[in-house]
Amino acid sequence: MTAPAAAPHGPALAGELGLTADEYERIVGTLGRAPSTAELATYSVMWSEHCSYKSSKRYLARLPTRGPHILVGPGENAGVVDVGGGTAVTFKIESHNHPSFVEPFQGAATGVGGIIRDILAMGARPVALLDPLRFGDPGDPRTRRLVDGVVRGIGHYGNSVGVATVGGELAFDASYGGNPLVNVLCLGVLPRTRLQLARAERAGDVAVLVGQRTGRDGIGGASVLASAEFGDAAADASKRPNVQVGDPFAGKSLIECCLQLYAEDLLSGIQDMGAAGIVCSTAEMASRAGLGMTVDLDAVPLREASMDAWEILCSESQERMLALVARDGVPRVLQVCARWGVDATPIGEVTDGGRLVFRYRGRVVHDVPAASLADGAPSCDRHVVDWVHPAAGQDAEAVPPPADVRAAALAVLSSPNVASARWVWEQYDSLVGHGTVVGPGGDAAVLRLADGLSHGEGGQAGEFRGVAVSTDGNGRWCALDPREGTKLAVAEAARNVACAGAAPVAATNCLNFGSPERPPVMGQFRDAVEGLAVACEALGTPVTGGNVSFYNQTGHTAVQPTPVVGVLGVVDDVRACPGPAFVAPGDALLMVGAPTRPGLGGSEYLQRVHGRVAGRPPRIDLDEERRLHGLLCAAAAGGVLRSAHDVAVGGLLATVVESCLPRELGARLVPEDGVAVHQWLFGESPTRVVCSAAPDAVPVLSALCDGHGVFHRRLGIVTAMPRVEAGGSLTLGLDEAGHAHRSGLSEALELT
Amino acid sequence: MRVGVVQFPGSCDDRDAAWAVRVLGAEPVVLWHGDAWLAGVDAVVLPGGFSYGDYLRSGALARFSPVMGSVGAFARRGGPVLGVCNGFQVLCEAGLLPGALTRNAGLRFVARDQSVRVEARCVWTAGIRPGTVLALPVKHGDGRYVHPEPDALATGGQVLARYCDPDGVVGTAGNPNGSVAAIAGVTNAAGNVAGLMPHPEHAVDPLLGSTDGRLLLGAVLAAVAA
Repeated sequence: MTAPAAAPHGPALAGELGLTADEYERIVGTLGRAPSTAELATYSVMWSEHCSYKSSKRYLARLPTRGPHILVGPGENAGVVDVGGGTAVTFKIESHNHPSFVEPFQGAATGVGGIIRDILAMGARPVALLDPLRFGDPGDPRTRRLVDGVVRGIGHYGNSVGVATVGGELAFDASYGGNPLVNVLCLGVLPRTRLQLARAERAGDVAVLVGQRTGRDGIGGASVLASAEFGDAAADASKRPNVQVGDPFAGKSLIECCLQLYAEDLLSGIQDMGAAGIVCSTAEMASRAGLGMTVDLDAVPLREASMDAWEILCSESQERMLALVARDGVPRVLQVCARWGVDATPIGEVTDGGRLVFRYRGRVVHDVPAASLADGAPSCDRHVVDWVHPAAGQDAEAVPPPADVRAAALAVLSSPNVASARWVWEQYDSLVGHGTVVGPGGDAAVLRLADGLSHGEGGQAGEFRGVAVSTDGNGRWCALDPREGTKLAVAEAARNVACAGAAPVAATNCLNFGSPERPPVMGQFRDAVEGLAVACEALGTPVTGGNVSFYNQTGHTAVQPTPVVGVLGVVDDVRACPGPAFVAPGDALLMVGAPTRPGLGGSEYLQRVHGRVAGRPPRIDLDEERRLHGLLCAAAAGGVLRSAHDVAVGGLLATVVESCLPRELGARLVPEDGVAVHQWLFGESPTRVVCSAAPDAVPVLSALCDGHGVFHRRLGIVTAMPRVEAGGSLTLGLDEAGHAHRSGLSEALELT
Repeated sequence: MRVGVVQFPGSCDDRDAAWAVRVLGAEPVVLWHGDAWLAGVDAVVLPGGFSYGDYLRSGALARFSPVMGSVGAFARRGGPVLGVCNGFQVLCEAGLLPGALTRNAGLRFVARDQSVRVEARCVWTAGIRPGTVLALPVKHGDGRYVHPEPDALATGGQVLARYCDPDGVVGTAGNPNGSVAAIAGVTNAAGNVAGLMPHPEHAVDPLLGSTDGRLLLGAVLAAVAA
């Protein structure tokens, strides 16, 4: 076999593709010859930051990944968790930040499509989506265009593909102005026995390309977009053709087609074609098994016949999967795909020897060790310096109480970071799949897993096993202290799940940071991963997978370090899940978990009322936090709670108002001795949940708290009069509070 | 009692419709779009979703599928047919229902709990007194019903339901998509074919919210069983 022809001007081309001189030399050393054009292209995308995690993997090794419920940890398309009853759940977060800035509608849409296929590749039916979003100053017209485009894009894909959008987050900060964060979590359900893995099993199996034709869209997306900073506007506009275009109808057909392939047990392996397309899926599936693959690129159905080999290999055309099939199973696979109107083409086969060989137009254009592409990227020892926020040393707790508590209350309630995101989720289908017990607007989404039909993808009708899932992140806290801020994010996501009565069992994460080439950003990253590891260990939520998104940076402006954490909880009976809403006048209110502690550092109050991001995030006691989760699950299962809603961004007042609004009830709150009014109403110290309980259930709840070693104190009472009375310092009508909370987002964005 | 639920490529609420049929005690039968055989079902539901991607126009391609020829014949024989959301769009495109569904007035997808007032009796509303207000979810981008003579339609008893506020008052405030005369659903002249934008199949289980959809789906089951 003739070796592929060396690329003309190899070193120069390598540089243009983003490979360093050292990396080029390593490729030459691996191959024992100068690389071809196709090889340079595949190494450049596979060794890009986005695909290789070369700056981050040394840190990520620190994360806890094992636990009693974990069936599959990091390294596959998504982690898989055993939820009991023969059912497993797979979930993962991904980012599509850079494409969404360049083209918000398609960027967000294909972000949704991409994570759905990761979940599908594990053998699961994708059933739920959550979208943690971050944007710049809401008053900036550019932000409004981005919010509108991203929300439409998410709806366009998610609604049409038939996967319910059940939650997410929305936050604003000027640092996201040039780099919005569009993260998407997808969750899927599968019978344990149907788990699929993205690895080859044996030589001789046929590689079948399933799905859309391959075109020039998204070429180099991984390296050009996700692995470089944004610069001037004209250059960024020229990146637009690199954004992929999604087709949710093709995605939907692919889902149903793959589910039938799984049901008939026809595949020996399957992987989504995401970043770096054909080369990534073939290299990873082969190298995980120590095998190779030979692929005939002439067989790949193309949108444009003139495509070069490197373009076919690196194309990120959407709605494609690579399936590995035993030779005698191929006819049936093609038949099933034809039934669903999905293109399927055998393009190659699994080989012994570990070489990844591509032929095109009668010549070998690529012949390299598969493992060198998938795992051979040189780990990048980035320079790290400690990150210290300029205002972190200020004493944020020393700000005096506001002269006008009512004005401060309305300012906090109407902040776009606190106000209702109803405008967003009213554009999403949250119901499809008939599993959404609690949809958008609660602390965590709650899903019933039973399907009721004989498709066999969930449990049986009459079962009430379920999961709760929540995403959380707080860029402000992480900017002030990446380590503590990340611990708080894990704790809040887990607390949200526990508020729904579900036991937190696993975590996924999306780590959104600036450029790793800037040492303080690496300092933030190192500290955040440390915080993530510590908190996930302490709270019993091992990390099953995730995503690192670097280069969220425009010039000297990096985004606030924003680790977004998704936590999955398991609940035996979703009928017992308490919601956040107060239920009946006369019910007792209890503060459960921890007393109010200093918590104005990095708070919404401090930024909204005083225009400052300063101080240290509140301290968290992770043991105390874990005890609280145990208590909440026990109280929910015992039917003791009428409602549970945690104190989060905006503080106690926002929590109480949100609990009052659904049934238009009120609350009378007893002030806390020795706590200043602004600390009490707006402080964001963690591990606190406002619970309501029927008066005769209070002794039971108290005893449960004592038994779990959990702090609790009487907070007040639910009233029929729709207003919030906070001791003598504030009486706020619910209509006024509700208006601020309902209209805050649309007023900030000037929506019509 | 067997209720066919048509599965087009791009159908999304087909599993939900089949599940709702089962919740109500009947047997769902999945009818594949490429087959012309209706498997001897007693009633047919065309579910929500984005059949054939809703390319060209919502429902415009689905009407040409083999199953729709049989559904048309079944309807002309008096068989009960219900189209929900995309299914409603398909029935309008197929000429089995009057009028058409166009882009929402706000040009955005709308998903919310919606109050709907039942206006007329047909096989699908047999057990419901006109004037009854039902809580049903809506979720659609192309739900704005248009018809040149909505009053004549109402006089003929073909307006099945209108959007309203929770007190049953029909007005612009309760109209999620700008439909003419706030029309949320219609029937054919014979009353056996019905189309609804709101989703009764998503309102049958108290765990998930409203159960008012049981009234609509239950009516036809009772009628066919009788």
